[in-house]
Amino acid sequence: MGNELAVEAIGLEKAYDRVRVLDGVDLEVARGSVLALLGPNGAGKTTTVRILATLGRPDAGQARVAGFDVVTERRQVRRRISLTGQYAALDELQTGEENLRMMGRLSGLSGAQARRRAGELLEQFDLAEAGRRTVATWSGGMRRRLDLAASLVGQPSVIFLDEPTTGLDLRSRQAVWQVVTGLTVLDSGRVVADGTSEALKRQVAGQRLDLVLADPPAFEDAAHLLGGRAVQRDPKRLTIGVATDGSAAHVRALLDEVDPTRGAVERFAVHSATLDDVFLALTGRPADRPETDENEHEKEPAGV
Amino acid sequence: MSELTASPTAAPRLSLRPRPLAALAGAVTMSGRSLRMARRNVDVLLTSLLLPVLIMLLFVYLFGGAIETGTRYVTYVVPGVVLLSAGFGAATTAVSVTTDMTGGIIDRFRSLDVAGASVLAGHVAASVVRNLASTVLVFGVAFLIGFRPSAGPLDWLAAAGILVLFILAISWLSAAFGLLARSPEAAGGFSFLVMFLPYPSSAFVPIDTMPSWLQGFAANQPVTPVIETLRGLLLGLPLGSSPAKAVAWCLAILVASVAVSGALFRRRTA
Repeated sequence: MGNELAVEAIGLEKAYDRVRVLDGVDLEVARGSVLALLGPNGAGKTTTVRILATLGRPDAGQARVAGFDVVTERRQVRRRISLTGQYAALDELQTGEENLRMMGRLSGLSGAQARRRAGELLEQFDLAEAGRRTVATWSGGMRRRLDLAASLVGQPSVIFLDEPTTGLDLRSRQAVWQVVTGLTVLDSGRVVADGTSEALKRQVAGQRLDLVLADPPAFEDAAHLLGGRAVQRDPKRLTIGVATDGSAAHVRALLDEVDPTRGAVERFAVHSATLDDVFLALTGRPADRPETDENEHEKEPAGV
Repeated sequence: MSELTASPTAAPRLSLRPRPLAALAGAVTMSGRSLRMARRNVDVLLTSLLLPVLIMLLFVYLFGGAIETGTRYVTYVVPGVVLLSAGFGAATTAVSVTTDMTGGIIDRFRSLDVAGASVLAGHVAASVVRNLASTVLVFGVAFLIGFRPSAGPLDWLAAAGILVLFILAISWLSAAFGLLARSPEAAGGFSFLVMFLPYPSSAFVPIDTMPSWLQGFAANQPVTPVIETLRGLLLGLPLGSSPAKAVAWCLAILVASVAVSGALFRRRTA
């Protein structure tokens, strides 16, 4: 049962000052998989992660991580997890190596083991050269890598990463997305969708048609006409995104519908739907928040 | 991102160490951390080492001539300066505790199952070491400018003991303040309180030269018995009830601070 799942949560509820942050969240994450938790700001992602990482108690509901209850078997859970928060949890006045060795000692490694593990991780994360300098002299990207390395020091079986792509460049971000095997979308403290990213993309739409309108009135008209079907809206660039299956017939029909007079749409482009499109379509938020792709959390049960 | 999959070299840490042992090991690791960071925080280090010496020189050469204490003023004032410098060091402790609590690192420590007591004990241990270093420096300079105590080895030992106890108590008190403060700046304000306390005591001027309404406070506040004990031990003066009062005050502050900081830590991290 619990042994099959890395994370299992049932009906998590949490309120802060009578504001309901979690309203019955259920989660299941199989061992060896990587789940990304997505949702707009305030959806309850950080709260969920904190409860699962034993740093917050749920008001109601239960959760087991690595087979142990996050409330009653907190110490057992802590021995098996690591948490990397939204902000780098490093000491600037220690070197990279000292930071890792400290984390190793704190996770119960001997001095020699901690030194060896620190050396391995610095090597793996391409930080060996900087390892003997204090972190104060490091760049943001290097700190982020050290932060991730620090979360692996104690060989955790479940890893929680809060906003793992913050501060990463595009290529590293895509690399993170490639290891994700499942998605759960949260909105207003509830799970609104889950599944594999491919399944979710299909569920929403395989492709996205971006229409660039000629002028602001044409943009307004098109936005009004499409209403909730618009998965993206960018008034500054006069661009509206609509879900499509990508077939010529559907694209032509959409163009005719939006632009019967053949003067309103200047250009169009068809893209594969991104995860942004997925969660925007699922949470029903207007697509005017360009930073949405950073709003994910990721749980990776590694070392399996 | 294949590097995210952990390699199997290090030993798994699935066995649970008994709580007190784990807390002790954690405290040792955390002390090492705090001391390393203190050593590299150069401006704070210089301030905490040099300021007490400068204050001693200030009192001895500027004010000292006008203060009648019955002995050479440097001999009179050294215990007070040592306590004052403990106040500085303690304020640094409050700031570092607050910095830990308000940054992301405390969540990582907690998810590693590091006990709150270990985190605080690390700061306190580093604080004691820092303070003892500045104390040794103060004594060194004091000897150079004419401090001539009459204490024997046992007296020195007893003086060191009471001093360590005082520093320990003030350091835990600052850790508690560090937990209470919402920002490192606010925690820094704690230094005012601790640094002010030695002034209305027998640290710099004899209490009987103070206005009578202040004498009651000065005679009965915690700093005075500690100073009187140090002075008595170092100069071979009668001790009276000062040592008992000093130890009682320090223990009371220590026990209260440990209890309060434990409760505060649990509340802050609930």
